[in-house]
Amino acid sequence: MTANPGASRRPTAPVIALNQVVKQYGAGDTAVHAVAGVDLIVERGDYLSVMGASGSGKSTLMHILGLLDEPSRGTYRLDGTDTRRLDERQKSFVRNRKIGFVFQSFNLIPRASALANVELPLAYAGVGRLERRERALAALDRVGLADRVKHLPTELSGGQQQRVAVARAIVTEPVVVLADEPTGALDSRSTADILGLFDELNANGRTIVIITHEDEVAAHAKREIRMFDGRIESDTRNAPLLGLPPALLAHATPGAVA
Amino acid sequence: MTGGQTFRFAVSGVTANKLRSALTTLGILIGVAAVIILVAVGTGSSKAVQDSISRLGSNTLTVSTSQGGSGGRAGGGGGFAFPGRQAAASGTVSSGTQTRTAKLTLDDAYALTDKTLAPDVESVAPLVSVQSVVSTYEGAKHTVGTFIGTSPSYLSNDNDSLQAGRAFTDDEYASSRRVALLGPTVAKDLFGGDGLSAVDQDVQFNGITYTVVGVLTAKGSTGPQDSDDRVLAALPGVQSTLSGYGNLSNISVKATSASTVADATSEVQAILNGRHHVTTATADYSVFSSSSILSAVTSSNQTFTVLLASVAAISLLVGGIGVMNIMLVTVTERTREIGIRKAIGASRGTIVSQFLLEAVLLSLFGGLMGVAVGLIGSQFTIVGVKPVVAPYSVGLAFGVAVTVGLFFGLYPANRAAALRPIDALRYE
Repeated sequence: MTANPGASRRPTAPVIALNQVVKQYGAGDTAVHAVAGVDLIVERGDYLSVMGASGSGKSTLMHILGLLDEPSRGTYRLDGTDTRRLDERQKSFVRNRKIGFVFQSFNLIPRASALANVELPLAYAGVGRLERRERALAALDRVGLADRVKHLPTELSGGQQQRVAVARAIVTEPVVVLADEPTGALDSRSTADILGLFDELNANGRTIVIITHEDEVAAHAKREIRMFDGRIESDTRNAPLLGLPPALLAHATPGAVA
Repeated sequence: MTGGQTFRFAVSGVTANKLRSALTTLGILIGVAAVIILVAVGTGSSKAVQDSISRLGSNTLTVSTSQGGSGGRAGGGGGFAFPGRQAAASGTVSSGTQTRTAKLTLDDAYALTDKTLAPDVESVAPLVSVQSVVSTYEGAKHTVGTFIGTSPSYLSNDNDSLQAGRAFTDDEYASSRRVALLGPTVAKDLFGGDGLSAVDQDVQFNGITYTVVGVLTAKGSTGPQDSDDRVLAALPGVQSTLSGYGNLSNISVKATSASTVADATSEVQAILNGRHHVTTATADYSVFSSSSILSAVTSSNQTFTVLLASVAAISLLVGGIGVMNIMLVTVTERTREIGIRKAIGASRGTIVSQFLLEAVLLSLFGGLMGVAVGLIGSQFTIVGVKPVVAPYSVGLAFGVAVTVGLFFGLYPANRAAALRPIDALRYE
């Protein structure tokens, strides 16, 4: 590493700062704008849902946020770092340290135990074996899978696999957890489990961006963005930035209907 | 990302599909084993020939006619009893030889014993070989591989020794006695057991009775040829009964020492050139030393070994292509896994080393197994040749196998690392 991407981080910097971000496919008359000029600031501790129909650009936006794809134009500062300046190697580093991914299809490594899956990002980060094990076990414990650490993904239910994925996403203590339709492949009970997990993580200060097309999922977020044709159509705040997420707030408020 | 972790990932990748990995390994195994065994066969056959040539003795020369003519009944001249030198010494050395320039005669052989003209020649033995000699003893019958009429000095020229009996004497030679020495194969065939009972018995060669005075020590076989299937008999007796008084097949010359072989060669050439009225360039005879035969045979054997090794190397290359093929399949199959790994922070280098290590593990394992199979296979006699494992071939084959894995693993590994995580994650 020539420069530590974290070095430019300032306490006041927002976790995510997009400025006129455009993602364009093709050129000239046939150009298609998957993302057509998005400005977005996500502060530390926020819980954001991105809604939109398929083709609205929400997935492309998610890929840009996760450094899996590059914007055609515009700037993206992640935790104060301008991502345009990062080379391939530094991007791997940033993905590893600052971003935790949760995918719709779980995306666990087959043939590797739950523990090995959660240890993997720490291994890539160069964390020593003992510390790795300790932190991975703690993360699995946090998602309620302390008794399933030796199981292979194929031996776990969908909800359990997604919980392993959440453990893997948070084990590196990233600045933001990006979840792409995390409940899309789950039944209603597991959906509630996973969303409860996200609420809890956010209540503990973790910044979460969740992409979904389900209102029920979006209702868990403090702030809701709707996308249409690659632009942000609406931006609504459902709960204050500093405070509990709406679902926990409802439980915590005396007299509220559960 | 530690080396140990990369190694564990690679091992789990290799063991994930055991049958496929085993078959890929088999390709490398066969290549490595083939290189080791075939080079061992080449080395072994070369060593066998070298051994048999070195048995001739390092200071022996063989003079033969260039046309390869052998003695026949036609043609007069010669006929001097060889150890009866005093008789020949007073006679003319040029009787009839000038007209038969393409032949070697007893006179030629005798001329080589001139201590003034050939100070470096220790002893000379004329040789006449007779084809298709059938030996019989009390109903036992054996077709002799090589029947040679010669003088007593041949035994020392040829590094021969006796395990029973004695050599024939100069007196027996001079008096044209029919005396013979049997090779162990002939003796065993005719007399049974160890064949030593042949001493002092009478044996018929093509119906002519010879007295066996001794049994030669075994020399072993050279490839398919049995060097013990032979009979040595006193030349005058052979000429009077089996071969006739014709030309010599060869003249065996022993130099005084290994260091005088070159001098002895030029002395022999000078004498024969004068007698045959030729120059070395136009010579109608040729002089071989065992070292010149050795170098000729060694170089032809090297060609043979290189040829065998090249064929084996091709199979090693094919094995390497097998590794590449399977690694490409693996990379395609695990595209999604590669995407996940990249998304959670694996760098390009980490992915390259993981897949490269998998390829190297396959070829390394195949190489080790190949070395084992090659070494075991080399213990068996193959097409009459006892293979001799050349240490360099083991190192070379193993090294090439691992290099092949590295080389053919590089492309698939780079292809895996170059995948964009977004494409890899979408891959179904």
